[in-house]
Amino acid sequence: MSDDAAATAPPDARPDPPPEPDGGEGAPRRSAASRAAALLGSGAVQVLLVLIALFWLVPTLGLFVSSLRTPADNAASGWWTALARPAELTLANYAGLLDNPVFVGSFWNTVLITVPSTLLIVVIASLAGYALAWMEFPGRDWLFLGVVALLVVPIQVALVPIAQLYGGAGIYGSIVGVVLFHVGFGLPFAIFLLRNFFAAIPRDLLEAARMDGGKELTIFRRVILPLGGPAIASLTIFQFLWVWNDLLVALVFADAANQPMTKALQAEMRQFGANIDVISSGAFISMVVPLVVFFAFQRYFVQGVMAGAVK
Amino acid sequence: MANVRLDGVYKIYPDGTRAVDDLSLDIAEGELLVLVGPSGCGKTTALRMVAGLEEISRGTVAIGERTVNRVSARDRDVAMVFQSYALYPHLSVRDNIAFGLQLRSMPKAEIAERVAKAAATLGLTDHLDRKPRNLSGGQRQRVAMGRAIVRNPQAFLMDEPLSNLDAKLRVQMRAEISRIQRDLGVTTVYVTHDQVEAMTLGDRVAVMKKGVLQQVAPPQELYERPVNLFVAGFIGSPAMNLLQGRLEGDGDGAVLHLGDQALGVPHALLDERPALRGYLGRDIAVGIRPEDMEDADLEGAGGASGGAAVLASTADLVEALGAELLVHFVLSAPPVVTDDTRELARDAGADEGEVPGEGTVIAKFSPRSRVAEGAPVRIRVDTGRLYFFDPESGAGIWGEPGDADPREVGDD
Repeated sequence: MSDDAAATAPPDARPDPPPEPDGGEGAPRRSAASRAAALLGSGAVQVLLVLIALFWLVPTLGLFVSSLRTPADNAASGWWTALARPAELTLANYAGLLDNPVFVGSFWNTVLITVPSTLLIVVIASLAGYALAWMEFPGRDWLFLGVVALLVVPIQVALVPIAQLYGGAGIYGSIVGVVLFHVGFGLPFAIFLLRNFFAAIPRDLLEAARMDGGKELTIFRRVILPLGGPAIASLTIFQFLWVWNDLLVALVFADAANQPMTKALQAEMRQFGANIDVISSGAFISMVVPLVVFFAFQRYFVQGVMAGAVK
Repeated sequence: MANVRLDGVYKIYPDGTRAVDDLSLDIAEGELLVLVGPSGCGKTTALRMVAGLEEISRGTVAIGERTVNRVSARDRDVAMVFQSYALYPHLSVRDNIAFGLQLRSMPKAEIAERVAKAAATLGLTDHLDRKPRNLSGGQRQRVAMGRAIVRNPQAFLMDEPLSNLDAKLRVQMRAEISRIQRDLGVTTVYVTHDQVEAMTLGDRVAVMKKGVLQQVAPPQELYERPVNLFVAGFIGSPAMNLLQGRLEGDGDGAVLHLGDQALGVPHALLDERPALRGYLGRDIAVGIRPEDMEDADLEGAGGASGGAAVLASTADLVEALGAELLVHFVLSAPPVVTDDTRELARDAGADEGEVPGEGTVIAKFSPRSRVAEGAPVRIRVDTGRLYFFDPESGAGIWGEPGDADPREVGDD
């Protein structure tokens, strides 16, 4: 694919933004890359990107429109036909959801699983990240290497042993068990991310704080946390999304009373069809919450937090 | 305020490197001591050991009456100004300055009062609500100073605080630091690699080389009586010219042979430095400061010693600086090659171990001189101000025989 082709390709041909040169073409690689980069700034590419983004939104729109139609309409025709007949749209599915005790219960279960999991991971990982980056203690680097090594453990190998462990501890099927599992498997990446971000904070800044009389916890709270804002915000969003959307852990570890939304919606799928009214509206609600979280934390993505610190 | 005392302090890294080697210093209350030396000489490490940011391998550091080896940085009650300023980027100037006081849970009213006072001293009053990223380099430097002075510490530690500023601002801030330090009377240890800064700021200056303290003295004494070749070459700009010569007795006085030329050494100088008599008939390292030379053909430059104090050469290069002319010329005397001069050459940016070519000399002439590039030049030397060093050990030859500092002989 030449970069000209990338610029003119129809949006559905390649949903990625175009600038990656294929490589292997030989000589003009560098100039091709720089030309592609220059193209990114031009109007044509902006239009292309908007088109791709819209195309990407089509399934979401379809889900949303479906959730506003009655099961009968959904069975009779495709969701796009509703665009011509907006009169048939209704909030009945959402009203039905609120009266559905299984769905409401599973929504709260999702919240009860996701919020503690995310909080625990962010709190523990930021403390551990600070310690691993800036506190002197024997074996620190080995400990960090151990944490990095845990990144490659696939979740599946732990399912059976943990289930046995939970059985022995009497928390199998409970929300606590699900939360602990998420925390355990979220921490290695979270520590890795935050430790590396904290380690990039200039050493002088921490030493200045130490000279200013800061104890470790004070330095952590008043210097590290504010400066680590962007990393902590992105970790929070990632972690929230992963736990919120998790199905596998819930299927294995949550019993019917404690099941989150994902599992409840999955149960609405039948071999010969599905309860489209519950699934579409339920899925849409489960999508909206992470969006709210994303926009709430977006303001912490500040460019150049470190500007003016040194030199 | 307190005195700061270092007693036989070492910094030895696990691989055996000695960053600081048996450093002893006694910094009096209210004194400004400058630690100076080429990069990598251990001056910053020494400062960081006083600050508590670096473990002390051996020896003791005391601030006031208290030995602080095992006291953490936050409890030493000293303030440090970092080379990079190390301002908290997320805090306003006001909070940057107040941070140390807030952490010590001082009452809010007193913090506000102290911050206002420090800001007024530093001319930061109008910038208190800005963030560091919106400040110029000089303003950031002031904030870093403000953070130190607002705490009223036992001592200031400054780690090359001016090295990130441009030349003009540096001169201005240098004067300001000097003024503030004098007004507050706080004991200060100031690290720099810039000998001009060292000379202008320091009550006393400590010159270090490869972790070893060479000399501690008031600036003028350092300039006039350097203990060895290293200090002589490091202090002064342009640097002292160092040549290999030979001293021969000549009645009461002596004659110094520099290649195929000779300078008369006045009798008074030999009396003043009796140790010199031991070098008669031997090779000797000679130092001539550029400012102790003048164009011999200039009106009014004549002295009593007549032709005996004049060298002749050809001007290779004349740099006109307005107030003075820097004249480069070559003498046939070989340059001095010792550990000290190699270290100086490395500091000046030459390749490892390389010593500048044969006997290049720089003289500082009055701008009235008519010297021209490529033309012959006659240089009158103020022979009363010659410097002599042992060619082997590099030690300065001043007082009695054996008075010379023997430390350099076995230096590894």
